[in-house]
Amino acid sequence: MTQRTRNWLLLAPAGTWFLVMLIVPLTVVFIFSFGERAPSGGVVLALTFEQYANLPARWAAFKNTMTLAPIGTLSALIIAYPLAYFLAVKANPRWKTILLVLVIVPFWTSILIRSYAWIFLLGGRGIPALLEWVGIEGLRLINTPFAVLVGIIYGYLPLMVFPIFVSLDKLDKRLLEASSDLGAKPWKTFLQVTLPLSIPGIATGCMLVFILLMGEYLIPALLGGGKVFFVGNALVDLFLQSRNWAYGSAVAVTLVVIMLITVTIYMRLISRLGASREDVSIM
Amino acid sequence: MRFYAICVYLFLYIPIGVIALFSFNAGRHASQLQGFSTKWYGKALSNPFVMDALETSLTVAFCSALFASVFGTMAAVALQGIRGPVRVAFDMLIYVAVMIPGIVIGIATLIGLVTVFDQLNPLIAAIWPEGFNPPKLRMGIGSLIAAHTMFLMALVVIIVRARLAGMDRALTEASSDLYATPMGTFRQVTLPMIFPAILAGFLLSFTFSFDDFIIAFFVAGSETTLPIYVFSSIRRGVTPEINAIGTMVMGVSLLLLISAQLLLQRGGRKSR
Repeated sequence: MTQRTRNWLLLAPAGTWFLVMLIVPLTVVFIFSFGERAPSGGVVLALTFEQYANLPARWAAFKNTMTLAPIGTLSALIIAYPLAYFLAVKANPRWKTILLVLVIVPFWTSILIRSYAWIFLLGGRGIPALLEWVGIEGLRLINTPFAVLVGIIYGYLPLMVFPIFVSLDKLDKRLLEASSDLGAKPWKTFLQVTLPLSIPGIATGCMLVFILLMGEYLIPALLGGGKVFFVGNALVDLFLQSRNWAYGSAVAVTLVVIMLITVTIYMRLISRLGASREDVSIM
Repeated sequence: MRFYAICVYLFLYIPIGVIALFSFNAGRHASQLQGFSTKWYGKALSNPFVMDALETSLTVAFCSALFASVFGTMAAVALQGIRGPVRVAFDMLIYVAVMIPGIVIGIATLIGLVTVFDQLNPLIAAIWPEGFNPPKLRMGIGSLIAAHTMFLMALVVIIVRARLAGMDRALTEASSDLYATPMGTFRQVTLPMIFPAILAGFLLSFTFSFDDFIIAFFVAGSETTLPIYVFSSIRRGVTPEINAIGTMVMGVSLLLLISAQLLLQRGGRKSR
């Protein structure tokens, strides 16, 4: 058996699996998005843009996703950055690994249970009851955009910390010393040396979190109480409740297209940012 | 700075801790601590719905993690020796599998498979011998395993490939210079070195499949996995039983994660 045949045989199962379980289903979604709803609940194949023309009916879901996903990503970044900085630069090297693992572990445990924990904490007998005790009354936390935001930050913070930590950890500490030896104040060193050099980590973290948030369903479903809903919630409704596959497919295709466009523009911006920085450093 | 770090750790762990604390609550009400008891664990473990869901979840997690680690490793090994369009295509597939939101994968699998099954079922019925009940393809445990395997394969390829890239090429070359067959080199040199990564990939896949809600929600048909059970009981209201189930689920994930982490670290040191 030649090496070539062997490689083909090794690739065959994974390749077939990807073809049957990824490419074929995604193609079906794409084709269905141009179809019409059948009276029985299925799809009549057609070539119509009717479903796409109908998208404004779900405008609220897109609007919520496109506002809360960036806000959630930014909030996670603001909270994550100081922690990543602490872990990479300030923390005792002996404790570094264990502290980092402690940040990442929650991300790999069930997001369902972790969001449930916040139903518990934000619900009537959790934090509002504590606040009542100190005199703040009638505060409603659960089923608000705030609750969804807390859930988002809680869910995705670890994913943001990790890449920023990696980029800060790789940073040559002598650069920081050089900067301060040359008389730069600490905050100036941070703004001119540390922050620019950690941009790749920030970029990766923001992209990972943003992508996952675009398709979020659980957090708004559990903590938004039907008032704050994302595209994901609209999709569940369209496929599992109202069974409108053609329209649902159009919503799904639109979501993926918006995601691809955002990510492409974002990557362009980041690489341009990186390129301009290189010019500066050459000068 | 240190104070800030402590605050973030508290933010990360207090909610989990509260769930664990209240799972040992003796009281009937979910939000008043009334002494220590393990009765909710007993109640959860003797609830037939929970046990059924747990069994389904474990079966799905084991099968999909197994398929994903075997086929994913095979693909990763093969991709090492391949250049050109096939490799580009495969990299694209892995990228798409990881990038597409889970909810879209769930939807696509649901309508893709239902459409294919609707075409196949009459065909099977037509060619099936008279007098026997023809099998009916439908959504269930099989489709769930297939969907999870697809996604997790991409994960295993990424993990195993990272280990293969970190491996010293001279070792496999030395082995073939000493007249080992390619299979022999693989079994005696490559496999032992990448095995920790494969096992870590298996454990991460298992955890992921066990915790997955959104893909299962669409693909599981009439089957109930543990996350689906928990989700629908949360919808009905917060009970101490959910706290107990949640604590156990997190405990299991934690155990698997720590093992995966140790494996990846030990393997990393060995190959250096």
